[in-house]
Amino acid sequence: MSSADAGTETTEATETPEPVTDERREHLVARVTEALGDAVVASHIRPGDDVWIRVTRDAWAETAEVARHRLGFSFFDFLSAIDWLPSPFGRDMDAQEDLVDAEPSTPAEIVTGYAGGDTRFQLLARVYDVESHLGVTLKADLPDDDLTAPTWTATFLGADWHERETWEMFGITFTGHPHLVHLYLPGAFEGNPLRKDFPLLARRVKPWPGIVDVEQMPNEDDDGEGAGDESGGAA
Amino acid sequence: MTLTDSQKMAYVAAQAADARVNLQFETEDGMTLNMGPQHPATHGTLRIVAQLDGEQVVRCEPIPGYMHRGYEKLCEVRTYPQVTTLINRIDWLGSFANEVPFILAAEKLMEVEAPPRAQVIRTILFELSRLGNISLFLGDLGIQLGGLTIGFYAFRDREFVLNQIEAATGGRFHPNFDRIGGLKDDLPKGWIAETHRAMERVRRLCDEFEELVLGNEIFGARTRGIGVIPADVALSYGMSGANLRASGVDWDLRRDGCPPGLAYDQVDWKVWTHPDGDSFARTWVRLQEVRESTRIVDQLLDSIPSGPIMAKVPRIIKVPEGEAYVATENPLGEMGYYVVSKGDLVPFRVKIRSASFNNISVVPWVTRGVFVPDVITILASLYFILGDIDR
Repeated sequence: MSSADAGTETTEATETPEPVTDERREHLVARVTEALGDAVVASHIRPGDDVWIRVTRDAWAETAEVARHRLGFSFFDFLSAIDWLPSPFGRDMDAQEDLVDAEPSTPAEIVTGYAGGDTRFQLLARVYDVESHLGVTLKADLPDDDLTAPTWTATFLGADWHERETWEMFGITFTGHPHLVHLYLPGAFEGNPLRKDFPLLARRVKPWPGIVDVEQMPNEDDDGEGAGDESGGAA
Repeated sequence: MTLTDSQKMAYVAAQAADARVNLQFETEDGMTLNMGPQHPATHGTLRIVAQLDGEQVVRCEPIPGYMHRGYEKLCEVRTYPQVTTLINRIDWLGSFANEVPFILAAEKLMEVEAPPRAQVIRTILFELSRLGNISLFLGDLGIQLGGLTIGFYAFRDREFVLNQIEAATGGRFHPNFDRIGGLKDDLPKGWIAETHRAMERVRRLCDEFEELVLGNEIFGARTRGIGVIPADVALSYGMSGANLRASGVDWDLRRDGCPPGLAYDQVDWKVWTHPDGDSFARTWVRLQEVRESTRIVDQLLDSIPSGPIMAKVPRIIKVPEGEAYVATENPLGEMGYYVVSKGDLVPFRVKIRSASFNNISVVPWVTRGVFVPDVITILASLYFILGDIDR
């Protein structure tokens, strides 16, 4: 990243005509960029609604520090991660028959969401300001060969359990965490269940009864638009 | 597909989840007290391991996970309408309130909005869930402290609320009634007058609770000054709802940043806070919350607009690509869903932010140095639903 300006791309959704700009959130992004400099990789604002800021992994702990003590985001909402790998088991629910026998296919290309991303695993956290009622979603890319990140527990006490959950569910290690042990899973559990390549065994060993072929209503076009009564498959 | 041995082992290990022992608690000096996973004071299967020095708690750690159902993973293989069936079971006392933020997140991504009538009825049912949830808290707190009477009163009057939920939705506990773009059905005949009467019952329960419990000397001795959580600690732990307001933070998502799709802007009510941050304050704030909630319901019942209850949405719901986080003020606190959609029938990732998870993570902090009986009152006053911790 050469400079703060070059590294920051602000994309704005233009679908909604009313609030095209959001001064409060733009100001917020500017303040974060001012405090963290090159560490802010990208940001995304949905005017009047929400803001996403992606920072580098090295600045992850500093971001929490800045958010809480300099920007007033005192409320810790949650911390988790996203595995952007498309599921190698296909899209089960899109098929009309269950894919019990399907072999894992080669993963398709990774497409990341708001504020972008370069790697498979992305940290996801949200902090909130109870005074101004603004929330911000923070993201950070993790390199595939080194799934570690600095801990937030020094800044937000609540990050303790959230990081333990993220550690066992995604296999992301938080350096400096005081007590990184299993929270939900039994101690001998192997694998990281929320990774996309971890099979959902209940789905693999038994046919799924929930696949319902939605029949067409009379006088209905093929595009699936209909009177909005019952929506989609009944469970 | 064939499974590898390690995958089979992982499955077996998950099935036999109960072999976990925290060896570090077994020390030379002091005593380790294990409460749960099946203990009456834990509303489910929360295990609490406390290391004691005499009667005082040196360290106390909750061990959740005995009921973890992996909803975040299961959501990834269910269509958007099917997800509501699952998430009903997160906080099972206020089920309808669980559905709302997820539906609102999907509505936000799809850019549909429920018609005004649906928004108002949705808000009424949301508040009825709150009443059904917190009225159980009022009774349960009495039971925890050895006063069974108020428990019976609460269960008696809670029934009137549940009856109204059942009459409208068909389900007492798991309504599964909210839909993307509106509601499943309209209200039945005579429901409005009957709900007004139920609100009257709940208000009487509040008065009884105030007289029987809040004014009680023993209750005061057991809760005042016990389990004090200062505001900055509560915020840092991400505690929300009445627990946070009892620490003096004036923040309620119904008033501050209510997502579109709910009709809280049409009603007049008050958000109560308490400066003390102790068990008594948490109880008191919840009692006021019930009272205000009945006011909201009464006002909304008299102003339900006419019109359709469903917006025009496709029958096969595909949610456009995008990310959205929507949170609402649920009975237990802030409940939110971070939904990542890739334009499919199923969500790509759903992060469930449940209130009890954050509310209970404060327990190791707040129980340091307290006496064993106070652990019970602190847990009861923090008020959690295990399904809301374990998801």
